[in-house]
Amino acid sequence: MAILVDEQTRVLVQGITGYQGEFHTRQMLAFGTKVVAGTSPGKGGSTVHGVPVFDTVEEAVKETGATASCIFVPARGAKDAALEAIASGLDPVVIITEHIPVHDAIEIVAYARQKGVHVVGPNGPGLASAGRCKIGIMPNHLFQQGKVGVVSRSGTLTYEIVAALTRAGLGETTAVGLGGDPVVGMTFVEVLELFESDPETQAVVLIGEIGGSAEEEAAEYIARRFTKPVVAYIAGRTAPPGKRMGHAGAVISGTEGTAQSKIEALRAAGVAVADLPSDVPGLLQEILGSSGNS
Amino acid sequence: MKLFEYQAKEVFARYGIPVPRGTVITQPGEVDNLSLKYPVVLKAQVLVGGRGKAGGIKIAGSPQEARAHAEAILGMTIKGERVRALLVAEAVDIEKEYYLAFTVDRSARRVVAVASEAGGVDIEEVARATPEKIVKAPVDPYLGFQPFQARALGRRLGLTGRTLTEFAGIAYSLYRLLREEDAELAEINPLALTNGRLVAIDAKLILDDNAAYRHPDRPADQEMTELERMAKEHDLSYVELDGDIAIIGNGAGLVMSTLDMVAHFGGRPANFLDVGGGASTEAMKQALAIATRKPGVRALFVNIFGGITRCDDIARGIVENRPSVPMVVRLTGTNEEEGRAILEAQGIRAFTDPVEAAREAVQLCAGRVQEVRHGHPR
Repeated sequence: MAILVDEQTRVLVQGITGYQGEFHTRQMLAFGTKVVAGTSPGKGGSTVHGVPVFDTVEEAVKETGATASCIFVPARGAKDAALEAIASGLDPVVIITEHIPVHDAIEIVAYARQKGVHVVGPNGPGLASAGRCKIGIMPNHLFQQGKVGVVSRSGTLTYEIVAALTRAGLGETTAVGLGGDPVVGMTFVEVLELFESDPETQAVVLIGEIGGSAEEEAAEYIARRFTKPVVAYIAGRTAPPGKRMGHAGAVISGTEGTAQSKIEALRAAGVAVADLPSDVPGLLQEILGSSGNS
Repeated sequence: MKLFEYQAKEVFARYGIPVPRGTVITQPGEVDNLSLKYPVVLKAQVLVGGRGKAGGIKIAGSPQEARAHAEAILGMTIKGERVRALLVAEAVDIEKEYYLAFTVDRSARRVVAVASEAGGVDIEEVARATPEKIVKAPVDPYLGFQPFQARALGRRLGLTGRTLTEFAGIAYSLYRLLREEDAELAEINPLALTNGRLVAIDAKLILDDNAAYRHPDRPADQEMTELERMAKEHDLSYVELDGDIAIIGNGAGLVMSTLDMVAHFGGRPANFLDVGGGASTEAMKQALAIATRKPGVRALFVNIFGGITRCDDIARGIVENRPSVPMVVRLTGTNEEEGRAILEAQGIRAFTDPVEAAREAVQLCAGRVQEVRHGHPR
């Protein structure tokens, strides 16, 4: 098992003929992902790395049985692309695109909820189930099938920590990049719920950052319901209030969204919070080692 | 992007939201030519909060008094921000102050209307002390905020009669403004009852930068420093901070954690700079130029985890625009060997471990401080 995507997932790439779409389709195929179709309005009938291209999602799904989508369409067309994927019932819909206006993201998420579809992103690296299926742009070579679930608001920092988990021999089940925007589809809590019921996932690494209160909500959920060990890392301890630190969502507004508040909430929920990203595997090994001996 | 109060009020007026009569001035002498009824309020136009407490808001009963206040406030610096403009507006008698805003609720992932009978003060404070005085209404993006919902919100504040219908009209317009102008926040605090009418005494608008392409007529962002503006032109994400170790990395989370690591070892980051995913040699050269341009930078720390970004592209950027300040490079990931070779050919050693590299960067900077103190700059 793993969560959200596995060997059965059949991926459609929206915006497959663009530079990013073309490049990452090749990478996903190399990872072993079943990329079965692409869309690019007006370019139906062509192929990209042997993958057939369609004009509409509806046709692509009918012809290829695609079950999930990966969106590389530029921000101006991204809302339309996401709504098109949701309307066809693809699940999950993974939005890589950066700089989508927040009101567009709100419409995407509202429609997805109504249709019961999982949206991952926007403005994230996507997700990968080690050895099974990758949707998005995470580097292929980092992953090793194992026992740790990873959920994060960051891209590169996730790669850094996944690489460290692999080096430490722990390996991963699924890594999910939620996206760096203020409004994103899946939340920490929703992903934790899936990890809770995934038998292969023995522990979870949660990577948060300043802005919003998603980590505090995760802490509340962990204290109440989550039975597996969690190690967290929160980026942005030194970030000044009012400044957007790269991600549109990484901003402390007033007194809300500080790293300190998130760290305190997580610690109060019994989560081990690492001071440095490189401390994460060691903390996990301590926890897993002690529970494994009992 | 945050707008100045006077800019936000111009937008409000376009949507039919009543604001007091007023004019913006940049020179004290302009006070003499205003056709406003006295008394007037003079308000410093700054983007930071707390201008009232800092002496940036004054009432004047006569043109002489107004001119004196204008002279004092123009040129003041409030929390590091120079006052370049003043809004002079007719003062009004306030009977009651309300609060009204539409904002993006990140947890609910939709817009929410927030209103309170306790306006005129910091709303976060009201939320803490008397949460029962705040009413909220989530907005379905596909339904929008309809007039009946606006009236219901007003009733929850206990409004009746003409005040209720005026409030509903203003709330309806404010939501329309939020959506049509692509704002993240549209706030009126206070929304004041004055001579039986509701008027927006203050106005706050934060516009969504990601939607700028839909609004070619937007004013320029006044909040950015020159270096931040330069970085934006090159698609780099840069935030100026007040330390002395310049930081460059790829990915917002990684760069934030790099700042934290530097601080963890006792260093002070001079900036946040994210070269972005798949950064080219050219982007790296620009990043180096911008990060080292800030006065007072004594050392540079480059932290790259190659994914889509290739280490050799980054290394080429470094050798082609080698900075004059001492530098620590951490390089790992895609094409690491090639990148390392390019740097080593120029005598630059690259770290693999980010923690070791951060420690080294802090030490290097501290050493540089010592050298300067002893009068032997390199």
